[in-house]
Amino acid sequence: MNPMNYVYLSAVLFSIGAAGVLLRRNAIVVFMCVELMLNACNLAFVTFSRMEGNLDGQVIAFFVMVVAAAEVVVGLAIIVTIVRTRRSASVDGANLLKY
Amino acid sequence: MSTYLAAAEPATAEATGVLALGWLLIALPLLGAAVLLLGGRRTDRWGHLFGTAMPALACLIALAQFAALLERDAEERSVGSHLFSWIPVGALEVEVGLLLDPLSMCFVLLVTFVGTLIHVYSIGYMAHDPDRRRFFGYLNLFVAAMLLLVLADSFLVLYVGWEGVGLASYLLIGFWSYNPTYAAAAKKAFVANRVGDFGLSVAVLIMFAQFGGVSFSEVFAGAEGASEGVLTVLGLMLLLAACGKSAQFPLQSWLGDAMAGPTPVSALIHAATMVTAGVYLVVRSAPVFEGAPDAQLVVVIVGAVTLLFGAAIGCAKDDIKKALAASTMSQIGYMMLAAGLGPVGYAFAIFHLLTHGFFKAGLFLGAGSVMHGMGDQVNMRRFGGLSSVMKVTWVTFAFGWLAIIGFPGLSGFWSKDKIIEAAYVGDGWRPWVFGTAALVGAGITAFYMTRLFVMTFHGKRRWTDDVHPHESPLVMTVPLMVLAVGSALLGLALGPTGAIAHWLEPVVGAHGEEEPVIAVTLLTTLTVVLVLAGAALAWLTYERRPVATTAPRGSWLTRAARRDLYQDTVNESLLMHPGAWLTRSLVFFDNRGVDGTVNGLAALLGGTSARLRRLQTGFVRSYALSMFAGAAVVVGAMLLVRL
Amino acid sequence: MTDFPWLTTLGLVPLVGALVVAALPSARELLAKQVALGFSLVVLAGTIALALQFDSDGGEQFQFAETYEWIPQFGVSYALGVDGIALVLIAMATVLTPVCILASWHDVDSDRRSAKGYFALLLLLEMFMIGVFAATDVFLFYVLFEAMLVPMYFIIGSYGGAQRSYAAVKFLLYSLVGGLLMLAAVIGLYVTSDGGPKAFLFENLLGTEMGTGTERLLFLGFFIAFAIKAPLWPLHTWLPDAAAESPPGGAVLLVGVLDKVGTFGMIRFCLPLFPDASQWATPAVITLSVIGILYGALLAIGQTDMKRLIAYTSISHFGFIVLGIFAMTSQGQAGATLYMVNHGFSTAALFLIAGFLISRRGSRLIRDYGGVQRVAPMLAGTFLVAGLSSLALPGLSSFVSEILVLIGTYSRYEVAAVIATGGIILASLYILLMYQRTMTGEPTEHTSQMADLNTREAWVVAPLIAIIIALGFFPKPLLDVINPAVDRTMEQVGVTDPEPAQPAAEGARP
Repeated sequence: MNPMNYVYLSAVLFSIGAAGVLLRRNAIVVFMCVELMLNACNLAFVTFSRMEGNLDGQVIAFFVMVVAAAEVVVGLAIIVTIVRTRRSASVDGANLLKY
Repeated sequence: MSTYLAAAEPATAEATGVLALGWLLIALPLLGAAVLLLGGRRTDRWGHLFGTAMPALACLIALAQFAALLERDAEERSVGSHLFSWIPVGALEVEVGLLLDPLSMCFVLLVTFVGTLIHVYSIGYMAHDPDRRRFFGYLNLFVAAMLLLVLADSFLVLYVGWEGVGLASYLLIGFWSYNPTYAAAAKKAFVANRVGDFGLSVAVLIMFAQFGGVSFSEVFAGAEGASEGVLTVLGLMLLLAACGKSAQFPLQSWLGDAMAGPTPVSALIHAATMVTAGVYLVVRSAPVFEGAPDAQLVVVIVGAVTLLFGAAIGCAKDDIKKALAASTMSQIGYMMLAAGLGPVGYAFAIFHLLTHGFFKAGLFLGAGSVMHGMGDQVNMRRFGGLSSVMKVTWVTFAFGWLAIIGFPGLSGFWSKDKIIEAAYVGDGWRPWVFGTAALVGAGITAFYMTRLFVMTFHGKRRWTDDVHPHESPLVMTVPLMVLAVGSALLGLALGPTGAIAHWLEPVVGAHGEEEPVIAVTLLTTLTVVLVLAGAALAWLTYERRPVATTAPRGSWLTRAARRDLYQDTVNESLLMHPGAWLTRSLVFFDNRGVDGTVNGLAALLGGTSARLRRLQTGFVRSYALSMFAGAAVVVGAMLLVRL
Repeated sequence: MTDFPWLTTLGLVPLVGALVVAALPSARELLAKQVALGFSLVVLAGTIALALQFDSDGGEQFQFAETYEWIPQFGVSYALGVDGIALVLIAMATVLTPVCILASWHDVDSDRRSAKGYFALLLLLEMFMIGVFAATDVFLFYVLFEAMLVPMYFIIGSYGGAQRSYAAVKFLLYSLVGGLLMLAAVIGLYVTSDGGPKAFLFENLLGTEMGTGTERLLFLGFFIAFAIKAPLWPLHTWLPDAAAESPPGGAVLLVGVLDKVGTFGMIRFCLPLFPDASQWATPAVITLSVIGILYGALLAIGQTDMKRLIAYTSISHFGFIVLGIFAMTSQGQAGATLYMVNHGFSTAALFLIAGFLISRRGSRLIRDYGGVQRVAPMLAGTFLVAGLSSLALPGLSSFVSEILVLIGTYSRYEVAAVIATGGIILASLYILLMYQRTMTGEPTEHTSQMADLNTREAWVVAPLIAIIIALGFFPKPLLDVINPAVDRTMEQVGVTDPEPAQPAAEGARP
């Protein structure tokens, strides 16, 4: 199979994730979409690694996974706190940190 | 010309003996000023005596020096003494040194002698003033500065004395500065003098740039080889300085207002000594003017204009001091005219200066004595008939009056007549114009001085009810008598004997006998006739007919002369109003323009950042959108670059 | 010459003094003042000792030199040394500091901040002033130049008048802009220099080869910083605000000493380091300074606030100083250096006496006064003497420097000199108008109870007046120190005095 198809899939997944981040208000959904974008990138990295024939892309994919895991820990904690205090998971509601 | 220049630089010998005490002449009155001004109220009780002793001592030293100079040969009468190095920078080496030669000796004697008399007079005149000590302090300061002015051996040291007398004049005009008008008059005098000082400053700059030095000897030696253009500019700048100090046209407007000072001040500073410093400067700078005939012509014109100008004002003033001030202006115009004529006039300029110093000081002190008796009134329309109650003042004043109008035999006759003769020397149009101006001026002088004399001492008594005229105390009348004797005899002693011309010859050079365009005897007769006619006219107008106690409206000329021929109006509309407008608009420009630009820039930065801040909405999704947009732009840019 | 580190010691004494004063308990105000005065007098004594050891004909440019490595990687050293110009300015600063401390005795008593802080700041400022004049390493100079702003900022911002924070921020921002340009130029200078562990030493930077364009840019970087500091028209508007809002003692040090760093920098760094660029810029600088002379004077005439008026007169005087420096003649530069000293003293006298006046009446506006001469003759008399010095009356100190500047300028730039001479007429107007409006006339209801100078105030004014008169009649000791330094600067720039057009014969010299 042409490896380029994985790249196309990755682009589609990234776009879906990006659209989700931009369009959805629910913090959990936004968060999931961010994860989707990260994984789309991982897919692209792995594909390129395969295409180029070296391991750099796979190594980076592992890094991304580690970072994503850490991010999930911090991010979910923040979201839970926001939900507890504001009784809502809408990202538009939490706009106190401005000018 | 060549003989003249040779005569202008007599070998200056190092001073010895009593002649080396020149510094003491300055130091004594300076000490007096320091003690009186720093000593404060502690010196109130004896301050006036101490203040009088200082110029008196200086006068004794001056007399001893005069005697020592007389013993020497004419060529050796110029002695210098070096005091200390003042401003040594690079090629510029200004030394403080004193030069005692026949010219400065004349001034030293005049200043110390008349100065001492006026100090004595002031003891009585200022007896009731709580600040009499301060007054004597200022007077001593003036004497010191004036002596420095005339004894200086370089233009820069002269400058110190020059502004020093200006300062003393400022302090003394504003002595009663709690009167706002007097304070304004003092400031006006100082500023007008500063305009003149501008000329002296520029002259000093030119001297160093052209001749590499500012001492008399360097400048005069350099002037020999300098171009006429340079010397003309230099001469005009010196003339500007002289105009400021000597109240010559067009810087004359301050002198009338300067009468705000106590009368002894008017006598000493604004009649006998300081205002004649301009004449001294021109005569002293003779080698410069000799090389610049155009500048000399301007000097003569200024002198002629001022002498008529002052005479015209003198005819209309009812304030006795202002009338005398106008006459001072006019008489200095005579001196200036003579000084501008060159070697033929220098000696007579100084001669007239000396006689004028005596009779004008006498006249002012006499006026002060009248004011003393009349409760400080100055309006002559309220005087009249004082001859019977103030006998001494009347007689001494009469001597001054006869001297100034040039009554045959008295001082003014000898000196002024010589100036008129000198003004008629030459060829072309000049003698006719300037000689005639001087001649007519003599007639007008006779008119206004007689008017002044008659209105004050003769005619009906027009006193206000509250005054009780009385003769002044002896301490005031004795100086009057001494000055009256001087007014009467000084001219006779110095003029017809040729003493003054001979004495000054080593400094100002000799001149051959040049005949005026009109025969001398005819000229003298003409002058005397004109003088008598002027005096008679005034006598008929003001003695025979009653004098109104309020001034009549008068002709337009009288009205103009009363307002000093509109000189203040001209100054105000040409200088003060535009200046005030310029200042106001510059203040506006500085606040709004220069500072406004800076503050505007600050406001622009602040405003921009306040607007840009609004982009931080707090909405996570809009931040995300901008990140995507940014990423898209970066990707797009990279693609573009690759293409 | 001893190896004793005179200059470092001289700088450390006020620093120690500042720390001691700051460490004293707030309640003991009087003790803090006395300690501050004591330390400043010790510094003064040290400076006198320094000046007595100074050898005006010494072969070295810098005496009492100390050089230690500081950041050798960047060629920065800790190097101090004084020539004649620096010495007289240090002397002026160390004379003015105790005078200001004594003058400010009660100025900050009613302030919400502690009085000891003010005196500690004054001492700290003195340390920086000594350092900045003594620095012979360009980087060290820059650091001190900027650090000096800090105490001054707090003096204005904490102890100033009603508009103090506006004035303090304006002062800081203006100075920082200049400092930034100078920093860029300092870096640029390092890049063009030969490098090495002592690259920033003044003597190592002399004669550095650089392109015309580079030289001009570096010159401008330094010059603009100094022109803001000086201040030169049109970069002057911070000065009236800062001087008017700061307490009198601070204003004296600001205008009298701090601003001199600008003109000192021009003659010490701009001219010798960038000789060609300096000559290139001369016509523009001369024009600006002549404009400044007349502009400052005219604006002074139009002021209604006494302290702002004095600040504007200083702008006019700084015009004279810059004019003298860029006239490139020995008379001009010696005159300018002397002018820096004389202006320091006469402006100090004006500011302090105006401060005494203001402290009695509580208003800076000229129209609120009148008739003071009748009730307080000493106050009025000393004010007049200070004013007369400011208008350069012959016999008082400023005259010598002003005529030197004019003489020096005229031999190269006639028109500029003649126009600048017009400043003397305006000077008489602004001083005498102020005197007339505040001191003459009948006392008003507010001034009729005014007290004359008390003993402390008389002790403040007396040394200033004495110096003004003494330097007016006998400036030779100062000129003897300044002249060799100026000659050396002229040599470094590569200019000589113009010859007189019609020199008198040698025999005519007295």
